[in-house]
Amino acid sequence: MPDSNLSDAMRSAVGTEMGRRVSFPIAESDIRRWALAVYYPESPPREYIDAAYAEKTQYGGIVAPQEFNPFAWLAAEVQGPDVPAEGNDPDRTELVLGIAGPGLKFQLNGGMEVEYGEPMRPGDVITAVSRLAEYREREGRLGLMLFTVIEDTWTNQRDELVKRTHTTLIRY
Amino acid sequence: MTQTDNPRTGAVGDTLSPFQRVTGFHNWNRYAAVNDEFVPIHMDDEAGREAGYPTAFGMGNLQWSYLHNMLRTWVGDEGRITKVSVQFRSPNTKDMTVTANGTVTAIRDEDGARVIDLEVWTEDGDGNKLAPGTATAVLNR
Repeated sequence: MPDSNLSDAMRSAVGTEMGRRVSFPIAESDIRRWALAVYYPESPPREYIDAAYAEKTQYGGIVAPQEFNPFAWLAAEVQGPDVPAEGNDPDRTELVLGIAGPGLKFQLNGGMEVEYGEPMRPGDVITAVSRLAEYREREGRLGLMLFTVIEDTWTNQRDELVKRTHTTLIRY
Repeated sequence: MTQTDNPRTGAVGDTLSPFQRVTGFHNWNRYAAVNDEFVPIHMDDEAGREAGYPTAFGMGNLQWSYLHNMLRTWVGDEGRITKVSVQFRSPNTKDMTVTANGTVTAIRDEDGARVIDLEVWTEDGDGNKLAPGTATAVLNR
């Protein structure tokens, strides 16, 4: 087993932007359908389906559930390397960065941590920028584990922070 | 330990009203439709078995939504959820009853606002944790 799976190229890549997406404007029906799906089989809370009711809430109108994804069905604009998101190639992070990966066999989603800012409203256009935030290694039960942290920052058309996500990928 | 539905009057150790669903293709297909997440392991028992589980299994993202649903009901119009974190530990297999739970772990004042920290998690019907994590809410002034 190697002492480290981190190459100089990988260490140098920390901080590099990995991609940028701009959403289509969020539609009220996108929010309504999202709420219907995540509360199914019960009805979603009224603030997601009744604009007049939502006006009386702290938000003064309909806002999306915090975890709503405005990029699900195509983005208006995508910048970055054309590496398929699907499949689960453990070296995908490095493919996106244009460098050689460590060639580890397994990859798991270790979890995520999200900080929320302004809510997403109908009409908002969201820009997401992802960046390689960190590599770290630790000896684990299954051998040397490589932790990769990707930071994804979303802002709205007024450049206000909507959310910042840190996703940890575990490879071994 | 008491159950709290009002973040303003809650205390450390209080539990939130749980959010519970019996899960399967009815939930997962709807979630796949809004998140464009049509992945065989979430749609096909055979694909779930090939991945080493007895059935197809639900999206980690839907567990994430269930945790948010619980937090939103609790915080209501009194404040906002500012942070949530989770680790995905075990899969949500078909027909499993999934329950999102939360416990208040700290209440503090920060810059004049009341901040509440919570331990949150989803669990299966036997109480095994599927996705443990933490959350923070800030109450409106």
